[in-house]
Amino acid sequence: MNPFAWLLTLSRRKSPWIYCTSAGSCNGCDIEVGPCMNPRYDAEQLGVLRQGSPKHADILLITGPVTRRSREALLAVYAQMPSPKAVVALGSCPASGNVYARSPTVDGPVSKFVPVDVWVPGCPPRPQQILAGITQAAQLLARGLTADQQREAAS
Amino acid sequence: MNDLVRFAFALIIWPGMLGAAGLGLLYLWIARKLTARLQGRKGPPFYQPFFDVVKLLGKRTVVPGGANRGFFYALPVVAVAATALGLMIIPVPGNPASSFAGDVVLLLFLLEVPVFCDVLAGYVTQSIYGQVSAMREGVLMLGYNVPFLAAVVAMAQHAGGFSLAELCSAPRGVVGVFAAIAFLLAIPARLKSNPFSIPNAEQEIVAGAHIEYNGAPLALFELSHALEVVLLIDLFMVLFVPSVGDPAADALIYVAGSVALVCAVTAIAAMTARMTVVRAFRFYWVWGGMAAAASIAAAVVN
Repeated sequence: MNPFAWLLTLSRRKSPWIYCTSAGSCNGCDIEVGPCMNPRYDAEQLGVLRQGSPKHADILLITGPVTRRSREALLAVYAQMPSPKAVVALGSCPASGNVYARSPTVDGPVSKFVPVDVWVPGCPPRPQQILAGITQAAQLLARGLTADQQREAAS
Repeated sequence: MNDLVRFAFALIIWPGMLGAAGLGLLYLWIARKLTARLQGRKGPPFYQPFFDVVKLLGKRTVVPGGANRGFFYALPVVAVAATALGLMIIPVPGNPASSFAGDVVLLLFLLEVPVFCDVLAGYVTQSIYGQVSAMREGVLMLGYNVPFLAAVVAMAQHAGGFSLAELCSAPRGVVGVFAAIAFLLAIPARLKSNPFSIPNAEQEIVAGAHIEYNGAPLALFELSHALEVVLLIDLFMVLFVPSVGDPAADALIYVAGSVALVCAVTAIAAMTARMTVVRAFRFYWVWGGMAAAASIAAAVVN
C-alpha cells in the first residue's frame, strides 16, 4: 500500500465527524447523542466532532422511524454529504418503527431510503453504544466497506 | 547561497509552508486540548488536527449550486498562498530571507488577504448563513484593525522606518508596552476565538463563511487558519520581544512565548461567552481606540 493511501486510511479512522438528523424521532436518541460529547464520555478523544452542516460530516446519525414529512429532508441531507460517507441508524425506530410501527404517518424502515452501515439498537441506546457505533462506522470508512464506498467501487 | 534560494527556502520550509503548517496544527491542538482540560474532558491526541486536514483532503468536493466554480476553488488557495508569503518575510529565528524596505506594509496587506477570502467565501457560496458571517466579519474587521494597525504604525514610527529589520533592532521602551497592549487586544478577534467568535459562531450561524465548503477546499481553509495563527503570533514575537543575541536562547524564547500566547488566548476563549457584533465593535473603538491613541502618542512624544 502506498504511503498516501495508508495515511488517508488512518485519518479516516481517526477523524470521524458526525452530523445528527432526526427523521421524526421522539427526541430520546438525540438527547443521548449530547452526552457523548460531555466530560464523562468525551468523544473528542476519538476525534469525533459534531458538525452543524452535513457537508462537513463523514458519518450521518439517523434517529426516528422516518415519517412521511421528514423523508424528503432526510434524503436531502444524505445527498448533501460528500463521499465517502457512512450511515449509523440510532435506536429501534429506524430499524423497525418501534412503537410507531404501522402508523399511517410512518414511512420506514430507514433502509428503504438510505443504505445503513451500522445499526445501534436500544430505546434509547446508551452513549457507550452510540460511541461504539460511531467507531465501527469509522473503521468501515477506513477499510472502504461502507455501502456508499461499495456502490462507488462497483460503478 | 543566493537570494532566490534563500527566499524559496523561507517560503517552502521555514518559516513558510512546511514549518508553519506543522507548528500551526500543533497550536490548534494545544488550543483544543487546553479547552477540553478546562472543561474537565480528556481532549484529542496531538495528531488530531493533522488527521482532520488529511481526511478532508481525501474527500470528494461538492460545489454548491449557483456558486462560481473558479471562485469557490480559488479562495482557499489564495488564502493559503498569502499567509505563506507573509510567513516568508517575517524575521523569526532561523529565517534565511533578508528584510527589505516596506516589508511591514506588505505583511499588513498579506494579513488581510485571508480575511477578505473568508468574506468573499461567505458571499460566493450563496448560503444565507455564509452571508451573515461575511457581513459580521467585515464589520469586525473595521473594529479590530484600529488597535492592530495603530500598534504596528506606532512601532514603525518609533523605529523610524517601515522595514521589519529596523523594527526588530529598535529599542522597545514605553511605546512597546502600549503597542503590545493594543496588539494583544486585537489577537482574539483576528483568530475568531471567543469572545469575538462572531463570524464563525457555531450553534448560531452553523459554521460561518465555510458552511458550504467541504473536502479539499475546506482542508485548505483549515490550513490557512493554522498558518494565520502562526503568522500573527510570529508578528507579535518579532515586534515586542527583543532578541537576546544568542540564537539558541532566541529560538527558545520564540517557542515558549508562542505557546504561552496560544494558551492565554485559549484560556480567554474558554472563560468567555460570545459578544454581539455591535458590542465587539464598540469595545474595539473605545478600549482599542484608547490603546491605539496611547501607543501613537507615546511614539510621537518619544
